[in-house]
Order: sequence, then structure tokens, then C-alpha cells
Amino acid sequence: MACTHALASGMGGMRTAGDLVGRMQMTRGMRLKQAKTYVAEKLGCAVADLADPIAMHDVRRDLGLGRIPVQELTYPTHAGAMEAKFHIAEVLDVPINSVARFQERAGLRPGGAV
Amino acid sequence: MTPAEIREDVLAGSELGARRSKAPPLTGAEVDHLVDIFASEAKFSAVDMGDEVCLSFDGSGNLDVGSRIDELYSYQSHRGADMLELFAIDYSYKAIKTMLSYEAAQMKTAQLNVIAPLQYGAMPDLGRYSMPDGPVPNWSELMPLGRIAEARDAQVEAIDHAVSDMVYVADGMWEAGADGMDFDTAAAAGDGDFLATLTAIEKIKGRYPDIGIELGMASEYVLGMHGELTYKGRRLAGMWPKEQLEVAQEAGATMFGPAVNVNTTKSVAWNVARACTIIKPCMDVAEIPVHPNVGMGVGGVPMSPYPPADAVSRVSRAMVDILKCDGL
Repeated sequence: MACTHALASGMGGMRTAGDLVGRMQMTRGMRLKQAKTYVAEKLGCAVADLADPIAMHDVRRDLGLGRIPVQELTYPTHAGAMEAKFHIAEVLDVPINSVARFQERAGLRPGGAV
Repeated sequence: MTPAEIREDVLAGSELGARRSKAPPLTGAEVDHLVDIFASEAKFSAVDMGDEVCLSFDGSGNLDVGSRIDELYSYQSHRGADMLELFAIDYSYKAIKTMLSYEAAQMKTAQLNVIAPLQYGAMPDLGRYSMPDGPVPNWSELMPLGRIAEARDAQVEAIDHAVSDMVYVADGMWEAGADGMDFDTAAAAGDGDFLATLTAIEKIKGRYPDIGIELGMASEYVLGMHGELTYKGRRLAGMWPKEQLEVAQEAGATMFGPAVNVNTTKSVAWNVARACTIIKPCMDVAEIPVHPNVGMGVGGVPMSPYPPADAVSRVSRAMVDILKCDGL
């Protein structure tokens, strides 16, 4: 059922920019059109590119937003997981709770606990 | 079914939904479009390119395989999830409170490993606070005895406990790095359950303005188990999705998930037409994303552990095409 919905109507998650648009919906309460427009502007791409895995593969690489590791392409030298979320917070200009906690607990913030 | 039979079902489903919820029935063009979708002989149906929506995937961190974090990773990498949700199999905030430390540690580890936005989800589940499972007299036993005032008092007392537990879990999850909280199947125990959820959301959003909060409903109609409870002056019992959305927005939710349960004796086309009719008034007043529930047995998806792809894809497309919703 999950895969069927994803193919029938989903943006594509991390294959595309679905997770980025989703983040603006979940944490900023943006409606779909507003969220897509916001993300496209921040990424410097067209709204139509947001659900295009080919276009977004390059955009995600260039901006360090994380990509899906596959057998042939594991991207060990690129940003992944928490590293990518640091970039997402910066590129989308939104606070990400886990990034803020990481900075605080790793002592990366002035006054943060080590 | 023939195209004529499908049209008959679409019209009947829409008319019933409109009559019950006092919403306008689907327009002629919308009926025609649903008939086109459901009369097609194609094995699969999908929205037009450019019309894709966000999929919030409540319950994505299940235990089908490996650990819950393995599952989240699988949803992120292989199932196209735009958002993720960590949850425990005992999907109730009352239960989660007792193992919050463990759950929060899972959230922290998950956040270190996934990129997609990740919320924590469970049910408000007001009924769990009634005896014998909880500390409050059982209103479902009191009401048949005619002890209405006591039944109402018990629900009000249970609301306090439920709010306290939901806020407590949200505190722990926010500290662990959660992007948001999901209050799923809200109002399952009626208007008291819904009031507890709205009150908790207001408190949590007051404490953490950047937190995401999804409010997903249990069904299309808020049952009046108490009957007189209000939120900001509005009576909760009897609310349909449009009114549910309005109070959700007022409480501070960032996403709303209307739910319309299926009638398993009717066709998928009938159920989708009814669901679209009931949910559609939401879209005119929505200030936050609306993600209709389309899991097993809701929104028109057949009640089956493995719903057929031809049916699910048609539900998915129909919801997006007719409602212009923000996600599913």
C-alpha cells in the first residue's frame, strides 16, 4: 500500500525533494503550493523539478542535502544523515530540532553543553 | 462493474456523504472524473506530473522487518516516504509515558540516521484512562445506568490525565530531537478525547513553537460521549472534518488528517465519492496542510491487509485530483 501511494501520487521522498517539501509542511505548516514554491526558490530550481529524481539528484549533490545510497553509489565522501540535515537547515533557512540538539551537545554552539 | 454501475455508486456515495455532513455533493465534472478513474481498465492510476503531493506515512516505523530504525530507513530509501513516523506497537500515549526514556533514545538514534522529517506518533486514547485499565470511573458503564453526570465528570477527569501524558511525551521527544508529534486517531473516544488532544496541542505548541504537530482523526464525525464539551466556545460533539480542521488550526496543529471510514459492503468508487464529499469543505478553509487518511479501511482504501494496487492507486489519485489536498 505504501509503495502504491508513493507511485500514484507521492513526491518521491529523498529520491526527489519530497522530504524537503514535507519538512516545510510538517514543521512550518505550509500548504503544498506554498511549500513547493518556497523549496524551489531556496534550491534555485523550478517547481516542476522538485518531483524529478534526475534533476534533484544533482541539486541534492551540489547542495549536500543527502541522497539515497545504493549498491553502486554509496556517496561515502558526501554529506549523509545528520551532516545533510545541517545543510538542509541552512539551505531552507529553517531550524531543525535534531541539528540544534547535535550542535548543543557536541559543543558546537557558544554556551552549548559538551 | 459497468461504467453505468460505477456512476450510480459515485452519485449515491456523494449524495449520502452530502446529506449526512451537510456538505455540497460533488459537481458534475467531479463525478465524471471519478467515473473515468474507476471505469478505466488500467491496472494502475496516477496523478498528472506536477500534481504530486507529500506522503506523511503515519506508522512508517513499524516492525515488518528488522528494527524500527531499519524500517524508517527503508521507508525513506525504498518506499518514497516524504515524512517518517517512529512509533511503538502499543500506540497510546498512556503506554508510551511508561517507557519514554527508551522511546526517546530510539528517537535520538533515528534522528542521527535519517534525513526525512521524523515525528513521533501515538493515540490520545482517552478510553485507557477509565477503569479497569485506568484510574477514572468507566463512563461507558455509567451511562447505561443513567448516571450521566458521573459519566461526564469521569471524562473530564480523564482529559486531565491524557493531556498530562501527551505533554510529558512531547517534552521527552522534543529533547530527543523529534521534528514533530502525531496525535493519531484523535476523538476515537469521542468529544472528550478530541478536547484532550486540542488542549495538549495548545500546550505543546506554546512550549515549542517550532515543533510540527499532526492531528489525525479517527473518523469523520466526533461522537458526543460527553456531549457538552467545547473548545474556545465551540461544541466538539457532532463536528465534521471542516469544523475539526478549524479547531485544529486554532489549537496550533501544523497538519490535519481527516478520516472517513469505509463501508465494507460498498464499492471503492462509492466510498471514495463519499469520502471526497465529506472532506472537500476542508479545502476552502485550510490554512495548514490537509492529508486525508488513506490507509487500510479509511478514505476508500479496501479493508484488507494487502489492498490491491489498482484500488489503492485509484483512491490515491482521486483524493488528490478531486480535493486538491496537500498530501496523504
